[in-house]
Order: sequence, then C-alpha cells, then structure tokens
Amino acid sequence: MTHVYVSSIIPAPANTVWALVRDFNALPQWTPFVAESRIEQNVPSDKVGCIRAFSLNDGGRIREQLLALSDYDMSCTYAILESPMGVENYIATLSLTPVTDGNVTFAEWQARFDCPANREAELIQQIGTHVFQAGFNALKRHFGR
Amino acid sequence: MARVHESTIINAPIDAVWHILRNFNSHVDWHPAIATSQIENGQPGDTVGAIRNFTLADGGLLREQLIKLDDEAHELAYCLLEAPLPLNGYVATIKLKPVTETGQTFWTWESTFSPPDHRKQELVTLVAKDIYQAGFRALEDYLGGSGPIHASVHNQTEQGASPSPSYQQIRRHDTSSAGPSALGTLTTQAIVMDTHGGPEVLRPRQVDVPAPGPGQVRIRQSFIGVNYIDVYCRTGYFNLIDPPGIPGMEAAGTVESVGEGVTHVQPGDAVAYACAPVGAYTGLRTMEAELVIQLPRWLDPRMAAASLLKGVSAGFLLQDVYALRRDDVAVVHAAAGGVGSMLVQWATALGARVVATVSTPQKAAIAEAHGAYETVIGRGADFVETVMQVSNGRGADVVYDAIGRDTFAQSFEALAIRGHLVSFGQASGPIGEWDIGHFATKSATLSRPNYGHYTETGPMMEQQATRFFKAVEEHMLTLAEPTLYDLGQAAEAHRDLEARRTTGSIVLKV
Repeated sequence: MTHVYVSSIIPAPANTVWALVRDFNALPQWTPFVAESRIEQNVPSDKVGCIRAFSLNDGGRIREQLLALSDYDMSCTYAILESPMGVENYIATLSLTPVTDGNVTFAEWQARFDCPANREAELIQQIGTHVFQAGFNALKRHFGR
Repeated sequence: MARVHESTIINAPIDAVWHILRNFNSHVDWHPAIATSQIENGQPGDTVGAIRNFTLADGGLLREQLIKLDDEAHELAYCLLEAPLPLNGYVATIKLKPVTETGQTFWTWESTFSPPDHRKQELVTLVAKDIYQAGFRALEDYLGGSGPIHASVHNQTEQGASPSPSYQQIRRHDTSSAGPSALGTLTTQAIVMDTHGGPEVLRPRQVDVPAPGPGQVRIRQSFIGVNYIDVYCRTGYFNLIDPPGIPGMEAAGTVESVGEGVTHVQPGDAVAYACAPVGAYTGLRTMEAELVIQLPRWLDPRMAAASLLKGVSAGFLLQDVYALRRDDVAVVHAAAGGVGSMLVQWATALGARVVATVSTPQKAAIAEAHGAYETVIGRGADFVETVMQVSNGRGADVVYDAIGRDTFAQSFEALAIRGHLVSFGQASGPIGEWDIGHFATKSATLSRPNYGHYTETGPMMEQQATRFFKAVEEHMLTLAEPTLYDLGQAAEAHRDLEARRTTGSIVLKV
C-alpha cells in the first residue's frame, strides 16, 4: 500500500478554512483543477455516504464517496469509486488543526492506495504535488497569501 | 476538568525537534522555567516509566513520569507525580507533525487536569503561557531558530529574496545532515580575562566564534565545568592563558556545525570535552573535533560538564599512572572533593581498601558513604597510624595526594616498601625541595602526572572517556548534582570555589 502525505500552513483560523472545505461538493469553489461537481441522488453534501461526481479541467471524470466527516476533528475521509488515475482501494483524508500560536491552520492531506509498482513514483508525485499541494496553494491564495 | 491546548510552528525539521523532545530530561537544557532536572535512578531519558525530578527557577520541586514515547508517531505523554501546585491528575501530551511544504514542524502540546475551581483560570493560564508558550519559543531559540544561527541562515537566504526559508535551507539544522558547515562567524557571550589576577578579572563579553575549519567542530555549549585548574590559569600560576583569553577546560552541549572531514560527530549530537587548550567559558566554541566526545544517551550535558574531567582524572590515576590491584591499600587525600570522591568510589569498586582523609566530619560522612574502608579527619600522624593498622604495618601501596605542601611528608611516611606516591596537585602549596636519594629508603616510586599528557590526542581522550562512562554505567561511580551558576557569574563561582564555600562540582549554565 502506498502512502502520500502532504501538510501546509493556511494563514486563516481553522474554523474559517473548515467552513469552506467541509462541503463535499465545493471543490470547484476552491481547487484550481475541478471544473464542476454535483452530489448524486440530490442528497445533502454532508450526508455521510454521499457520492460526488466531478469533472477535472482536463475532462477526466471522478466519483468519490464520503466515508467520514467530523466537525469535531475538522476532518473528512473519502474513497475513490471511479477515476482515470489507475489506483485501487484509494482512501484519502483531509484534516485541519488549529495552530493556537498565530491563529492559523495546520492542514494535512493524505491518501493510501494500491497501484502497480512501476507507477508508484509517478502517482505519488501526481497526487501529492498536483492535487494535495495544489489544493493547499489554492487555499493559501483564497485566504490572502 | 481543565484542558490546555497550545500549538505552534517551529522553524526546524521534525527530526531535529524530536531528537531533543524525546529525551525526557532535555527540558533543563532548553526550557527557561527549569533550574535543575535529573532522571531518577540514573535511567536513560527515553525510558518509558522514567521519572524526571526537577526544580523550577523559584525553587519548586516537581516529579513527572514518562508514560508514552512513540518515535513512529512523534508523540510522548507524561503525568505529574508531585508538584507544589494543585494540578491534580495532570496528564500532558506532546505531538509533532511535519509541515511537508516548508520543512518546519507543527507541535501540539496539550494537557488535562482537575484544579480547584477557584484556581482554575490562574492555573490554565500558567500552564498555557509560562510552560507551553514559553517552551515553544525557548526550544526554537535553543535550536537556533531566532538566535545568532537564525540570523546567519537568513543572511544566506535573503540573497534569494525568499520570504520563508525553503526546506533545503532549514535542513541545515537537521540532526541527520552531516557535512561541512556553510555558516559564518557567530557571536556569543563569553568570559574573557584581560589580565591575570583575582576573580574580578573574569568579565562577560560578546565574542566572535569562527565557523569550524577542516577537522573542527562548533559546539553550542549548555553547561561548563569549573575546575581548580581554572583558578591556576586565572592567577597565572599555570601559564596556559596569555591574556586576553578565555579560561576553562570542560563543557558539554550540542554540535552546531562541523568542518570538512569530520565524521565521528554531526550537528545535533550531544557532546562534551575535558582537555586543553583552554577556552571553555563561552556559549559557542570552535575546536578540534577529535577532542570532542559523543555523550552516551543516559548522560545529560549538565552531569557531563560536572563530571567528565574529574572522572577521566580518576580513571588514569587508578589505572594508568598506577595500576591499582585488588586488596591494595590506597590513601586518598581530600576524599570528599571532586576527584577525591571519584577515587574513593572507584578504588573501592576495584577491590582496594581505601584510607580516606578529609577536613571535616561532614566530609567524612561523604567519604564513608562512598565506601572508604577507614576515614580520618585531619592529615597528621593519625592517618599514618590508621594506614599502618589497615595494612598490618606494611604501609600503603599507593597514596593519591593533591594537597601538596601540608601532606607530602606524611604521605611518604605512610607508603609501603616499593609503594607509589602519586602527587597530582598542590592545593596547600608547593611541596618544596626533596632529595631524590631519600626515596631509596623505600624504593618508592613518585609520579607527578599532568592531565594533558593523558588526554592530548583524540584516541587517548576517547579511551579515557569510554572507561569513565563504563564505570558509571556499571555503578562503580555515582555522579553528584553540581552547584549551578550562570555563565555571567563566573567570578562569583571562582570566589566560592577558592573560599571552599561549595561542595561537589561547580557548573556554569549558558
């Protein structure tokens, strides 16, 4: 099983950042790579078990299911159901923690998945840099830095 | 139930921060609230269950127990056993996580406890501000986050006009990154003497400490040992300092940076030294790396600075200058002093019968506790008589005499035929002129060992230090808590040492 872990500091209070990212249907509002998103079967986006279907700027289509959502821990865990990436058993967690010193946010995004050994390095790079870190960069811009 | 939760970002890699925090006794090195601390029963600082017994600057005594240590998750937990405040049921957790984007460290420090209601707010504020928040900043300073090193790092990074240091730049502090230092000269506080003289010539001053050259190391010193030889250097009795100069031969701390070709220590390592050349009374020091000893994990820098020079001295006196044998009768003068108390313990552990001489009943109690076979107060005819009784009239196989003028004649009198008189100091004054022919009356051997000649190369120092560490590990020696002075109070420490106002070792805290 492959593990990708990326963390960053977002220059805004954790509650504020969480208000934006807890919405499982809000990827187009804050990430640079999601063009459009909808929740299947018209259920609320904070209903655990709901599925988001979204398309990337490059046209790729992905379906992900919400497995856990915690307003207490400020964390969200989801699995990929369908994607063009070629990963299996993919489960990811995005979590926020307040940094009391400076009232900013420590943000972590990590995933575990199976893939062919010869694609591991490429997928770690793609997911770690072009999805997770790119998402954090977007959050930092969104909150003014 | 009260809960305190504080977190911060430390401008250093997680490995460097964890390397310090995982040692449960390290807080005495970096946290400003802690005056003294030791792990009970001599356990290593990373033993789950270890108890740290420490005092605060205001004198309060606390005991805390390590109940969890997780190198994988970078987490530890501890609880309070005793405290002067009603922090009932206090359990605290420290967690570190890497900030992968910047190479920094996210540090969470939290606790729960059950204070009396009327003191809840006060105690929550105390823990959050005076312990956790103060600790965050102090550790960052200790790591060089905002000290002189920080300034140096920024001088380098500013050329790239980067507002935040990149991961690679921060990695300079990483304990795992060895290799040549790219840092320049740093400034630190030192004790400089502009002339030989009394304690008043020891004055604090800012000095520049150059980057380590090839084969050198720069040490961020935390504790400095004060030895009687420092007094001799100060007064000019020993010609080891040509003023202006910095006294001191013993210190412990962590490696700040290393020069080219240095492989046996690397940045972040806990190290100590006890050797010439002099120059130890300083916050930072650049010196030959081969003279620097890597400390065993169980020996914290404070105890190392208190004991290394004295322990190495005792080691070569008992095993190199004269090879002590089981059932030897050995005399140790000044047996409650720094080297003397080590000689008594170590010689006893090697199977010798030690006749200890001391000046007061209090010091006699110390010598007896260390295992002396007989203890004599005073150094006249009484001790010679005691030696003869213990040895069935044969005399002592070896006499360790650092008193000099006042004892030398009696020491010779107490010696057995073919005995060995080891004169390794002269606290009471020079021994005067002696006719070497007189030694033929006993076929006596006389040695006047010089510390420097037993420790002057890296391999010699390494061998001596290893032997001393082993003796402590095997419980042949118990190390006593030193009396601490701030580095700026070096003159006061010398005054007290010369007036014999202190017992045990004296250590300067940077």
